[in-house]
Amino acid sequence: MTRPSAMTVPRGAAILVVAALAVSACGSSDGPGSTSTTSTTGTTGPAATGATDLRGELTVFAAASLEPALDEVAAAFVAEHPGVTVAPVRYDGSSTLATQLLEGAPADVLATADLTTMESVVDADLTAGDAAVFTTNTLQVVVPAGNPEDVASLADLAALSDEGGKVVLCAPEVPCGAAARTVLGAAGVTVTPASLEQNVTAVLTKVQTGEADAGLVYRTDVLKAGDDVVGVDVPEAAEAVNAYPAVALADAHEPRVAAAFVAFLRTDPAQDALAAHGFVAP
Amino acid sequence: MLWVPAALAAGLLVLPVVALVVRADWSTLPADVTSPAARQALALSLGTSVTATVACLVLGVPLALVLARATGWAADLLRALVTLPLVLPPTVGGIALLFLLGRRGLVGQQLDAWFGVTIPFTTAAVVIAQTFVAMPFLVLGLEGALRTAGTRYEAVAASLGAGRWTVLRRITLPLAAPGIVAGTVLCFARALGEFGATALFAGSTPGVTQTMPLAIYSAFNGAGVTQGAAVALSLLLVVAAVAVLLVARAWRPGRVTA
Repeated sequence: MTRPSAMTVPRGAAILVVAALAVSACGSSDGPGSTSTTSTTGTTGPAATGATDLRGELTVFAAASLEPALDEVAAAFVAEHPGVTVAPVRYDGSSTLATQLLEGAPADVLATADLTTMESVVDADLTAGDAAVFTTNTLQVVVPAGNPEDVASLADLAALSDEGGKVVLCAPEVPCGAAARTVLGAAGVTVTPASLEQNVTAVLTKVQTGEADAGLVYRTDVLKAGDDVVGVDVPEAAEAVNAYPAVALADAHEPRVAAAFVAFLRTDPAQDALAAHGFVAP
Repeated sequence: MLWVPAALAAGLLVLPVVALVVRADWSTLPADVTSPAARQALALSLGTSVTATVACLVLGVPLALVLARATGWAADLLRALVTLPLVLPPTVGGIALLFLLGRRGLVGQQLDAWFGVTIPFTTAAVVIAQTFVAMPFLVLGLEGALRTAGTRYEAVAASLGAGRWTVLRRITLPLAAPGIVAGTVLCFARALGEFGATALFAGSTPGVTQTMPLAIYSAFNGAGVTQGAAVALSLLLVVAAVAVLLVARAWRPGRVTA
């Protein structure tokens, strides 16, 4: 009958978002042997040691929306730490990953698409160190290429749904759905959804296949989708900026590598790779 | 010697359900299973499953009769195709249905153009998805029963002057009754548990297309407290399914072979 504490009342202050990390410690240094960089904070611990002595295989659990951007980040990380290999990143819904971790799945690093989910893992004492937000994402209206229904605002989106157009959103239980609700609330409009999908990819697919006339997805998804669809920026999206925290896990097989990877997420090479996929630095 | 693997098999099948019961939060369970969302999802699930089962009977019984009496490679091919939804991942079924009946689908675009009818995102889509995945259970079960029963009695009845309709009504269907009952129950249970095809083809809107399996998945995807609701809803579905199977067992007409 034991239930993880995550399923009870979340502790609001449990998550510490470290705004400024001394990540420069593992930035690109001047070749092998230069292990003299000093750590300026105690929190990053082993991550702040020299780049070249890191070894081992890293297992990363990451929110589905980070694919494939995080693959590039992982490649950049390996380029800086040749002794490290990164197992194929396991991408899935943040909640699914959190549940898997709570049920004992082994991993070194977790990156979720929202703070709430991360909180459930932090509350369960599964993390080592603090979760740090390393990137953000915002919603965009997605419409088929050419924008046949001429959607330019959230008011247009609401009007479209009232006129019988098919507008799909994420279910309120999942992060993109929660964000959609906030954004629509900020705009003061009510959209009657044709369907509430389980994840942002399902929303995108419904628009891509022409089943839906419009949807609300992340900018990164629109970029990923290619020419079938286009994104429409809406100012209200700023009301629900999605923060992506990452953390090294307490049971990490490679604690030092895990900490180094989390710190690496905030460095320029990682941020550049993320930016290329539509993510925005926090 | 059979005991060890048999116990392992039974354990594998039963223990996950036990785990579900153990994990349930009994203090919030009553509230979770009687919440408006849960009742709405259960009502929709039962309604669509009954409708899908009726559709399976109306369409599947004739198909089984045709298959049971047909011979040749075309019949074999048709039989294989009819079995397909049984072995395909339901998500494939969902995509296939979308490509057939979706707004840009083979048939769907004509429906849209001629009648302004779009099927995805409607309760009808749920019923179609459930019928698609459940139909093989009825057709295959009934076909097997018909083949086992053979054609001797039918031939005798016909030789005594009974018309084709009379033979079907008085001989063929009564002989196949156990197969029909078993198939109907499996159909209903399968429709009740349908998830993949529904998720892709019908979507998920509370009260319209969000059946129990989708409500469970949706609750499970939510962080924190809603996962308790997922467990509660899962238990409710398990109880409903077991009840259906037990009732069907009790009603099953006396029969010799399994």
